[in-house]
Parts: sequence; C-alpha cells; structure tokens
Amino acid sequence: MKREILRIENLTVKVSSKEILKNINLSIEEETTLILFGPNGSGKSTLIHAIMGFSGYKIVEGDIFFKGKSIKNLSIDERARLGIGVMFQRPPKIKGVSLKDIAYFLSSQEEEIEELIQHLNLKSLFHRDLNYDFSGGELKRSELFQVILQKPKLLLLDEPESGVDIENISIMGGILSNYLKNNCVSSLIITHTGYILDYVEAEKGCVMIDGEIVCMGHPQEIFESIKSSGYERCRKCQWKK
Amino acid sequence: MSVEEMNISDRENLIKVGFDFEEKDRAATFLQEDNSIKLVKSLVPGVEILPIEEALKKYSWVKEYYGKAFQKINKDFHKDTQGGYFIWIKKNTQVFFPIQACLLIKKEKFSQRVHNLVIIDENAQGYIITGCTVSETSFDSSHLGISEFFIKKGGYLNFTMIHKWQSTSLVEPKTVAIVGQEGTFISNYICLHPVKKVVMYPEVLLVGEKAKTRLNSLLFSHPDSFLDIGSKVVLKASFTGAEVISRAISDKGEVIMRGHLQSQSPKVKAHLECQGLMLSDKGKIWAIPQLETSYQDVDMSHEAAIGKINREEIEYLCSRTLTEKEAKSVIVRGFMNTDILFLPQVLKSEVERITQEITKVEF
Repeated sequence: MKREILRIENLTVKVSSKEILKNINLSIEEETTLILFGPNGSGKSTLIHAIMGFSGYKIVEGDIFFKGKSIKNLSIDERARLGIGVMFQRPPKIKGVSLKDIAYFLSSQEEEIEELIQHLNLKSLFHRDLNYDFSGGELKRSELFQVILQKPKLLLLDEPESGVDIENISIMGGILSNYLKNNCVSSLIITHTGYILDYVEAEKGCVMIDGEIVCMGHPQEIFESIKSSGYERCRKCQWKK
Repeated sequence: MSVEEMNISDRENLIKVGFDFEEKDRAATFLQEDNSIKLVKSLVPGVEILPIEEALKKYSWVKEYYGKAFQKINKDFHKDTQGGYFIWIKKNTQVFFPIQACLLIKKEKFSQRVHNLVIIDENAQGYIITGCTVSETSFDSSHLGISEFFIKKGGYLNFTMIHKWQSTSLVEPKTVAIVGQEGTFISNYICLHPVKKVVMYPEVLLVGEKAKTRLNSLLFSHPDSFLDIGSKVVLKASFTGAEVISRAISDKGEVIMRGHLQSQSPKVKAHLECQGLMLSDKGKIWAIPQLETSYQDVDMSHEAAIGKINREEIEYLCSRTLTEKEAKSVIVRGFMNTDILFLPQVLKSEVERITQEITKVEF
C-alpha cells in the first residue's frame, strides 16, 4: 500500500478575515496525482497557497501533514526544502532578477539547465527580468522550468494549461508527465479545461465549490460530468464524500 | 612608496572601486594617494593622461579649459587643489578599453582636494572608470573633487565613478560637463558602501545641437549615512536629449535624490526617473524631481516611486527554496541592476561583481 505524502485534516482557512476554505479533508499518496476541479473563485488557489504557507492565508482550524509531519508552523522555504513545489498561475514580476538567476540557485548542473531550456523553448526569456512581458504560455513554461529544477516530491500545479496554446500544452504535458513518472513524484493539479488529463495519469479527482470539497471520484468521469452538465451536478453529486 | 608596496587592504579597496593593477584591459592609468601621484601611464596612442599640474605646464592651451566649465555656469570653485588628473582623448581616437583613474586617501584626517579635467576631442570616444576610496585607518578624512568635462563635436564619453568610503568620510564631488554638437556624455555614479556624507550636484550643459547625456546613479544608504545626490541638465540647443535615472536603497540611512532638467531651447527631450526602496521604517528617501521650460515644443517627463520590497516577490522566491534573507538579497541586487549603466562588456562584469558584493549583505 502506498504511503501518504500529503494529508489535509479539517482545514479551515481565512483570507482577510473571510472564510475561504471550510473543513477540507484530502490526502495524496506517494506517486499519485489528484486533480482538483472547481469553478472560478471556489478556493482552489487558496488551498495551494495555504499548503505552501503564504502570508494572508490564515489557518484557523485543522492541520496540514507532509510525510506524516505537521508543516503548519513551518516557513515557506522550509516547506519548499522538504519537497513541496508550486507552479503558480500568476507569478509576480521581479525587476532585475532573471530566470537564469533562479535556475542557478536551484541547480548547479549546467547540462540539466541547458537541456530543459531547449525542451521548454526558454532561450529568449532566460536573461530577461522575470515575468516582465511574458506571454501566458511563456509564464507557464518558465514556472514549469523552475519547479522541475527544484525537484520537489509533491508538485502543486495551479492551472498549468491556462493561457497556453495547444502546441505548448503538448510540450509541457509531455515534460510534466515524464517528470512525475521518472521521479516518483506526487501532484495536486488544479485544472479548468481538463486538457492536462490527456498527458498526466491521474488516479483521483475532486471538486471544490464555495470552499468545500463536494465530490470525490475518478478524474475522467468527473471531468466528463462537468463537461456535460457543468458544476450544478457536482453540487448534488452521487459520489459526494 | 611604489604601487607594489601598497598594503593588501589598500590594494583590495582599489580593486573594489574598479582598479586593475595588471592593467590588462585598460587604455591608461592614473593613481593618486593623498596628494602624491603614484602612477600615470597611457597604454594606447591617442590618449594622454597626466597629473593636472603637469598638463598645465606642458600645454599652454589647457589653461583655456581649466575652470572654464565652472565659469560657464557662473559658479566659483575651489582653487586650493593639489593633484587630480588630466585626460585627453585626441581627435578621431576611439578607445574601447577603459581608462582608469583612482584617488585614494591614506592619511588620517586628510583633506584631499583634486581638480580633474577631461577633454574628449572631436569624434573621439572613450570610457573612464574612476574609483575613489579611503584606507581603513584614515578616519575623519574628506575628499573634494573638482571635475570638468569637455565633450567636443561628435565626441563620446562613458564615465563611471565608484565610491567606497567609510563611515567617517566627508565627500563633495563638484562636476560640470559641457557637451558639444552631437556629443554624448554618459555618467554613472555608484556609491554602495557606508559614508558619513556625500553631497554632489553635477551640472551638464548640452550646448550643441543633438548633444545627449545620460546620468545614472546606484545608491545604497547605510545607517548614519547621508547621501544628497542630484544632477542638473541644461538643454541649450534643439534636438538635445537627457535622461537621468537614480535608484536608491535606504537601509536606515538618508538619501536625497535631486534632479533638475531645464530646457533653454525648444525641440528637446528629457526624462527623469527616481526609484527608491526603503528596507525599514528607519532612514529616509526624498525624491525631488524638477522640470523647467519656457517653450511649448518640448518633451519632458519624470517619474518617481518609493516603496518597500514586495512581500509577494519574497514569498515567491521562498517557495523556490530561498530563505527570506536570500530572497530579499536577490531582490535588492535586482533593484541595483547594472543594466541601466550602458557599460561596455569589459566593465560590466566588474561593476556587477562590485554591486553584487555589497548587496549580498543580510537585511
């Protein structure tokens, strides 16, 4: 039986005194992928930010366990060094700091960096100020590049395919899928379009609505249901927890 | 005492302000310690470098320039100087390796007063890196530097000045530059180490049509440091252009960033930019941008912004495994990015190394 890498217990999170996540219970096992579906504003990104420990995401109840240990009181960088990596949906712009600066912080292997730059077609962005005038696709490729160099054991991906054209989704999907398989990495993937399901083998799926997990099941089946009936059916889901 | 006999700490200080003892990629060298000239050497044809007193004796025409830039703006200047350099890049000479000129204060409570004169002749081009520094044991010293620049028709000068003082030093550079038709004067000022007080307000007169200037400063104010750094550009002819860019960080120290762009002609373009970063609630940054004209047909603008390090940026870098201190340091280094300086490649990596070293400190 596979061991749990991430366990979220009765998690309630407030952002600016507003309760965004309500009593969330989730678990991800080693080498497995959980897909998190949900309409805009349902709290999916909040969950990723809370797992990572970003300020402004206040845990008012519950706990988060990584490999069996509570990480609730750890700083962001401590969580990152334990092996949690995030691919952000909207990463900030940082003046004077390039992708190259971050790459050489994360890896000292020139070859590895070079190869990944080639595969993700990042050459023209490598020396530029981070995220300044990056297109949607460039932002995602830059995020994937960084997080792969980081070599996490648990990858949190916040809408990895949004704003990316079909050709780039296929490149990114292939690289992501290889990384997960070859390195026995677990992941939590937030998706709107479901395109990522064509590339990543996911074992579990769940739906978040209004800060609550309302449904758990097979990701492909959930996705088909959302495609045909929208999120309305999820609210009354037969597989409800 | 010769250069070889200098103590290690002085040598290191000089290296930190860009001095290359091997003179590998240098076109000329000038080194003055207190009042005595240690080294003067031109390594390429077309570049003349001399102690100023010697230049006044050797060439009678140098008198025509000495003090003239200050007279042009009706400003008095200190006459009681001793030493300083004379650099002359001759007509049509283009020098791609930088000329280095360093001024070191060695004695305690010493008052170094120099007068520098730089002439870039017609269609000549050059880069100067000048470093001013002080010995570890030279407490309560002061440095007064009178500098005059004449950029003739079609001339180009990129002048980079790096200061490394200590917390008891008083520093007062006084600079006037006259730029002729189609001439370009780029001046970079970098002051990242502790100092008691620096007050400077260089003035650039763009007197010929299509003359251009760009004045950049990278400033870091440590606790108890006071930096009053300004510049004035007078655009006296049409199609002249000026850009003044200042980046200042206050780590509990004070910085005043002044900038005054004055157009005395229509058809000019000028822009002023001041950006400040406060690292705590102590210290002060005061940005004072001024634009002045009596003409309709001008394009003049300014932008000023002061703030703190963005929390979101720190946390983003932390999520990439950097500690908070490392993240802040990376962001500060980014803010002090030397790309704004228009340096030639040979100087770029050196100046980058110098700025990175100081901004590696923990906040």
